[in-house]
Amino acid sequence: MNKETSIMDRIADANKSVITGIDAKDIENWVMIHIMGKAYEVPSELTILQAMEYSGYRFIRSCGCRAGFCGACATVYRKEGEYKLHGVLACQTKVEDGMFLVQIPFAPAEKSCYDITVERYDPAVLLKYYPEITRCVSCNTCTKACPQELQIMDYIQSALKGDFEGLADASFDCIQCGLCAIRCPAEIVHYHMAQLGRRMFGKYGIPEELNLKKRVEEIENRVYDEEFQKIMKMAPEDFKTLYVEKQKEREVY
Amino acid sequence: MGADKSSGKLKKIPYYPGCSLKTKSKDFEKSAVAAARILGIELIELPKWNCCGTVFSLAQDDLMHHVAPLRNLLRVQEMNEAGLLEGENRLLTICPMCFNTLKKANQRMRDNPADLETINTFMDAEQDYQGEVEVIHLLELLKERGVAEIKAKVKIPLTALKVAPYYGCMLLRPKDIAIDDPEDPTIQEELLAAIGAQVVENPYKKVCCGSYQTVRNKYTVADLTYDILTHAKKAGAEMITTSCPLCAFNLDDRQKEVTEKYPDFEGIPVCCISQLMLLAFGVNRGGDGFELNYVDPRPLLKRKNLLSGADLKTGAK
Repeated sequence: MNKETSIMDRIADANKSVITGIDAKDIENWVMIHIMGKAYEVPSELTILQAMEYSGYRFIRSCGCRAGFCGACATVYRKEGEYKLHGVLACQTKVEDGMFLVQIPFAPAEKSCYDITVERYDPAVLLKYYPEITRCVSCNTCTKACPQELQIMDYIQSALKGDFEGLADASFDCIQCGLCAIRCPAEIVHYHMAQLGRRMFGKYGIPEELNLKKRVEEIENRVYDEEFQKIMKMAPEDFKTLYVEKQKEREVY
Repeated sequence: MGADKSSGKLKKIPYYPGCSLKTKSKDFEKSAVAAARILGIELIELPKWNCCGTVFSLAQDDLMHHVAPLRNLLRVQEMNEAGLLEGENRLLTICPMCFNTLKKANQRMRDNPADLETINTFMDAEQDYQGEVEVIHLLELLKERGVAEIKAKVKIPLTALKVAPYYGCMLLRPKDIAIDDPEDPTIQEELLAAIGAQVVENPYKKVCCGSYQTVRNKYTVADLTYDILTHAKKAGAEMITTSCPLCAFNLDDRQKEVTEKYPDFEGIPVCCISQLMLLAFGVNRGGDGFELNYVDPRPLLKRKNLLSGADLKTGAK
């Protein structure tokens, strides 16, 4: 393996937490970024998260799965000469020249306590726990802030219309980073409200999954105990083989 | 104007439902869409509509509260650009609150191009609103469709029914956006006459229903409701019509509080005009679509032989 490939391999590996062992003279493309107001030159192939680590920052917050799922690494940036404020995930976004960056490790947001088995499947439940959604002025700032590019304003409006399905569909890919709530001039906590909406829709809005019900009953009736016992006693290698074979048997997703 | 009668093709008009029509007042939307269809008009729900803004903001320096209504007007512009509408620049509203807010905001943007430019610049992810949409109300569209056209569709004239129209404020004030003479509106009277109803003159037809005071103090509203309904009943009315979901809530649902305070009070049903139109057009012999009415109009309608006994459904709340 030549030297160049190994550097690129290392850089491309988004799961690698700290970039070490890279010799500056091997890097072809450099960009200038600003982390909390201080300028750093970093390799242009890095994600924001990697670039900050490259610059000497060690994350104890604002970093989680490194795969774009957990929403911990919410980042806000502006680029030099532009008025737009961007919201992105540091682990999913490559650095660009002239970025002014700041991490938002936590969004203070009121989260209501409720029991969906007690609540009625009525749009009023959304207003009961998150009445501030009626303060929406349709400015669309939430949508512009969303690193997942969700149509957040639209789902707030779905909530106001009592459209549980529209709310659930439009908010499905939310990773709860909180940037919408931080930016909202009406101080709405979009993502917690949407979670209530999805929970209500999941419980009352769609037909019960009969296969799941049947399978849970089978498990409770100990139908699979014998099979489980067999698996538990398997040698690790045999278990791995079985797992791989089973994976091949059916489409998982 | 109107439907192409020769081919039976429906005239498409975008309509803005608003929150009440999707939650507490589904009967308003359902009956309006069905009645319009019989009159050759297809009401197309505006895609991706958002809150109308609820109340038109009067403050000179408050542009933020006009963003919501403007976005809705923009959707009509987009529908036309996408060829979904055959050059229809009007946006129909059914709820008078929405009508008032959307029409006033549209007017302000037309009168103040600088304000429009500020909002267009703010909404930088959208195309610019050109100010060409007209906001109209269902009653205006029905009147435009024509009394003769409506009469021609009537199969069961509501001759035996004495109806007092109630207007409230949002369709009539301020004067420059009014759909009719704000001091003496007659548009509902004309439409009720067209479906054969006996129109009862109601001197309280523009008296405030109490509006959002219903949230703060329902007994204040109950007093107003008592006055409005009692005057209408004294004039001989058996039913009230209104176009406004909020007026309907205050005049209909608040009869619960009226009865608490005035035990001798006897209930009177409150309907929207499109509910009555469907009866007159003969497509609602079974009395569907009255489930959300607090005071059930069906016993009255049955007494007047406007519902067929065999199909009659009962059990309104």
